[in-house]
Amino acid sequence: MTKSRKKGDLAPQRANGEAQDSETWELRLYVAGKSPKSVAAFANLKRLCDEHLAGRYRIEVVDLLQNPQLAAGDQIVAIPTLIRKLPEPLRRIVGDLSDAERTLVGLQLRAADAGTRNRSASD
Amino acid sequence: MPKSKQRPEAPLSLPKVPTGIEGLDDITGGGLPRGRPTLVCGSAGAGKTLLGMEFLVCGAMRYDEPGVFMAFEETKEELAMNVRSLGFDLEKLAREKRLVVDFVRVERDEIEETGTYDLEGLFVRLNYAIDTIGAKRVVLDTLEALFAGLTNTAILRSELRRLFRWLKVKGVTAIITAERGEGSLTRHGLEEYVSDCVILLDNRVVDQVSTRRLRIVKYRGTAHGTNEYPFLIDEHGISVLPITSARLEHSASDERVSSGVPRLDQMLGGKGYYRGSSVLVSGTAGTGKTSLAASFAAAACERGERCLYFAFEESPGQLARNMRSIGIDLDKWVHKGLLRFHAVRSQQDGLETHLARFHKLLREFEPDVVVFDPVGSFVQAGTRRDATAMITRLIDMLKVQGMTAFMTNLTSGGEAPDTTEIDISSLIDTWILLRGIEIGGERNRALSVLKSRGMAHSNQVREFVLTDKGIELSDVYVGASGVLTGSMRQAQEARERAEALVRRQDVEAMQRTLARKREGLQERIAALQRELSIEEEETERIIAQQLGKENVLREDREKMAKRRSADVPPAAPSRPRKQKGGRR
Repeated sequence: MTKSRKKGDLAPQRANGEAQDSETWELRLYVAGKSPKSVAAFANLKRLCDEHLAGRYRIEVVDLLQNPQLAAGDQIVAIPTLIRKLPEPLRRIVGDLSDAERTLVGLQLRAADAGTRNRSASD
Repeated sequence: MPKSKQRPEAPLSLPKVPTGIEGLDDITGGGLPRGRPTLVCGSAGAGKTLLGMEFLVCGAMRYDEPGVFMAFEETKEELAMNVRSLGFDLEKLAREKRLVVDFVRVERDEIEETGTYDLEGLFVRLNYAIDTIGAKRVVLDTLEALFAGLTNTAILRSELRRLFRWLKVKGVTAIITAERGEGSLTRHGLEEYVSDCVILLDNRVVDQVSTRRLRIVKYRGTAHGTNEYPFLIDEHGISVLPITSARLEHSASDERVSSGVPRLDQMLGGKGYYRGSSVLVSGTAGTGKTSLAASFAAAACERGERCLYFAFEESPGQLARNMRSIGIDLDKWVHKGLLRFHAVRSQQDGLETHLARFHKLLREFEPDVVVFDPVGSFVQAGTRRDATAMITRLIDMLKVQGMTAFMTNLTSGGEAPDTTEIDISSLIDTWILLRGIEIGGERNRALSVLKSRGMAHSNQVREFVLTDKGIELSDVYVGASGVLTGSMRQAQEARERAEALVRRQDVEAMQRTLARKREGLQERIAALQRELSIEEEETERIIAQQLGKENVLREDREKMAKRRSADVPPAAPSRPRKQKGGRR
């Protein structure tokens, strides 16, 4: 886990001043090859980050087909899995992130952005 | 150890992988289907994890088949600690690259699900673990944890289906454990994905006593035992009791073994019990059943045989002390390793657990003689019917292995002496009855042989006496006043001895009188004979005198005649003529 190889790394981008603080978000996306789900997940994630965390996020993509030994470290079972490493606490989002609302809730971006206005956490 | 533990009947049936678990390979006819997944289901604490772990450890240590344990419920450390007490060193096996334990944590409240996903991560991990050590065996314990962690059951189901297919393609022999569900084998219906082999573990509690049971629910393409088999989990892991001997095909030995009591051997056709037969000694309390059992055990050890003694009422120490008092030294044989006690209360476990434990001990110790003292106490560990069934199985088990079974059974006072607490009389080859006889203010023991198959046995009742030199049998006194035992017998015997003495003395006296009489008479005879001979001598002397006188007279007359010149008279006078003529 510590020697995780970065792939498809996107350089941190400037923020739009939308999020609550200036801390850089560290996100890690586990995928398995270039499957449609993996590709979709990455695209969805990138779009959401650009919208909400512009300029202060890093996405590290780990392809388990190339680095299977990394799966155990972050307790990966499902693919794709997104791990929010920073800010603490660690969050884990499973799926292709096609449901933007739930992804934002999962990343705890939604609550910060719009409170609990018209949607409560699904769990 | 070689992999070729395949059964002889294997060629046509499925190739199998021995689990290495005692007994399980017997009832599955060689083990689990090679290269296929097997479902092991059971409720919590039924022993699923242990079964899986033992399968892997045996594979790694005995069959050179490395294994992967994917744990969903316990961490690597917890698992290692749990099985350390069984002598499994998971860390060592992991260092030697014979075992990989991968803990998979799926925590519901850490996971947000958005959109579709698959379980490729799990596949990747499993695949990686298998490939790093070249694993042949895989255990997934318990896959159902996934259902607790992930909500999309449609995805889970299709992914599990894919997983089982993938395992088959991968060619690993897998055990998948699952929780028992209400009304179905598993809570999440995993049985529909695994069609090759399903094993059900059960831990039932009846009357506060729990019994573990194992059943092969299905095993495609192979014959398997369909019964519920009791199994044990002890310090050596799992052992399943195969009930292989429900058939009557044991061979019968002609060899005889001594009962340890010479006189009893004499009663049993002169040679004792048959080897491999079942002997029952029944009697009321305190009639010497245990003494007879200990006597037999000691005799077996004396011959250099091994004896396993199951004591259900006394501790080994107590038993040894009591037997010392009748001159039987059991400690000696324990030290020599020929005698082993197994003392346990019958109520402590269920019948099946007892049976499984016996089976295990028999296999470990390989005794020639097995003593159950008393066998009837099993009724307390179950119902009468169950106890009978269990003892039937037990006796069959012993007979198949040619072990001589010696059982004692307590009959209570009110019952007929030839009934047993459990209906096993028909299973018994030699049945010895001990009875307490109370007459004349004392209680004595009597022994008789009720039956003994295949030998001419004595029909006599013998008095059974416990001396400080062991057991002695003596004839009972059967006379006008009935059967006498104990001191009455001794009194009777003394009386008879006294009478005999008196009779002997009378005879001697009469003989002495006769001798005296004979002596007296003989003396008188001698005296008379002396008198007679004196008389004879006197008479002859007189006769001689008379004859001498006559000669002298004749000579005088002849001298005188010479002087007168008289003629000589004729030498012989002629017959008078007058008689001749006078008749006419």
